[in-house]
Amino acid sequence: MSDVALSDKVSIVGGRDAVTAPRPLPDGMVRVLSLSGLLIFWWALAWLKADPMVLPGPQIVLPRLGVEAMSGALWTHLGATLWRVAQAFVTAMSLGLVLGILMGLMPRLNRWLDPWLVFFLNLPALVVIVLCFLWIGLNETAAIVAVAINKIPLVTAMMREGARALNGPLADMAQVFGMSRMARLRHILLPQLAPHLASTARSGLSLIWKIVLVVEFLGRGQGVGFKIHLHFQMFDVTMVMVYALSFIAVMLAIETLILQPLERRARRWREA
Amino acid sequence: MSLQVAIRTKRFGATDVLRDLAFQVARGEVLAVLGPSGVGKSTLLRILAGLDTAFDGQVRREGRLAMVFQEPTLMPWRSALDNLRLTTGVNAQQAEAALSRVGLTGKGALYPGQLSLGQQRRLSLARAYAAKPDILLLDEPFVSLDQTLVEDMLALTESVIAEQRPATVFVTHARAEADRLATRQMMLTAQASA
Repeated sequence: MSDVALSDKVSIVGGRDAVTAPRPLPDGMVRVLSLSGLLIFWWALAWLKADPMVLPGPQIVLPRLGVEAMSGALWTHLGATLWRVAQAFVTAMSLGLVLGILMGLMPRLNRWLDPWLVFFLNLPALVVIVLCFLWIGLNETAAIVAVAINKIPLVTAMMREGARALNGPLADMAQVFGMSRMARLRHILLPQLAPHLASTARSGLSLIWKIVLVVEFLGRGQGVGFKIHLHFQMFDVTMVMVYALSFIAVMLAIETLILQPLERRARRWREA
Repeated sequence: MSLQVAIRTKRFGATDVLRDLAFQVARGEVLAVLGPSGVGKSTLLRILAGLDTAFDGQVRREGRLAMVFQEPTLMPWRSALDNLRLTTGVNAQQAEAALSRVGLTGKGALYPGQLSLGQQRRLSLARAYAAKPDILLLDEPFVSLDQTLVEDMLALTESVIAEQRPATVFVTHARAEADRLATRQMMLTAQASA
């Protein structure tokens, strides 16, 4: 009885869907609407609090952001942070990629290195940063190394999963037909790892910039983290928000303009 | 002689899977390897293909090798044409010709996922054809196909082998397929083992 009722219902919904259901909004539009909602939520909170010293609304923060951008200071600090993010990102991704593939493909190596991985995965970011500054000094190298060390274990763990899921028969096929090492890397290995690489890159980037901010907060004289530290000491909430928001905007832009198109390209064959 | 095989033993753990196996396959010959499941047919083929080197004995292969696997084993992220070009090194024109040879004219731009299972099998055969092999290994290539498709693929495989005359080793458990394609047959039987 219930089966019949269910299937009746399904067929009615299907019919209505086909005729009258509105088409879903495009992703870009949803994104803009959703972020506008966040802006309104922030504005409402600020209005409720009614104390711009504690929570300034968008109508206070955005003009200050404009002033900071016009003066050029914003770009200097954004640039410094972005450069550190880029260096740490490239270092962590390439080392983690190699390590992860090796551990995924070589069970014996994995048995020995897995406890190390667990150790480094659980090492608090703050401890690594402080130790790097103490051991290497309060300089750029220490900053990049600290961020990379924080991120490498995560990339390794994610790429190891990717390498474990590699297709054995395809590797056999490549060997039988005598494909070159380069060709195997490009046409067999990397396409299989691409989805893992893409998700690792996205989660990696968001983690790395947060750690870079802590590094700058603790020991650099330039960058978004440094500015946040400075304005934190002066209890200038508006300026803290100016710098935080502008860097989030930069990261959103990188996500939308670089990472998402790359991911779409890598997934093209699935949708064909 | 294109393929010379002398296997003393192949073990998995303490079990002898293959023992005292010696044969040769010349160009133009088709050797069918028959036997029940689990008797070591696929293991033998992996040894012949060079995919399994952990055995006691010797395998001599002369010339280019190609293989048709149980599953189509295609790169799903590359077009049909690229699946031929990248594995065998032929140019686009030769790849098109190989596609036409197996009845896939005009399908070169499609991804394997856009082809039917029958077409994927044909593509897999086209890959072996494009490689112009001296040695061709067939690992139960018609298993799990419906009867009409088996007939199609058998006819196609037969004509491709007749055209290129490689030394062929054809693993199957279907006697009728062996009778159709093979010039010689070899039966693997389970050995008295612990």
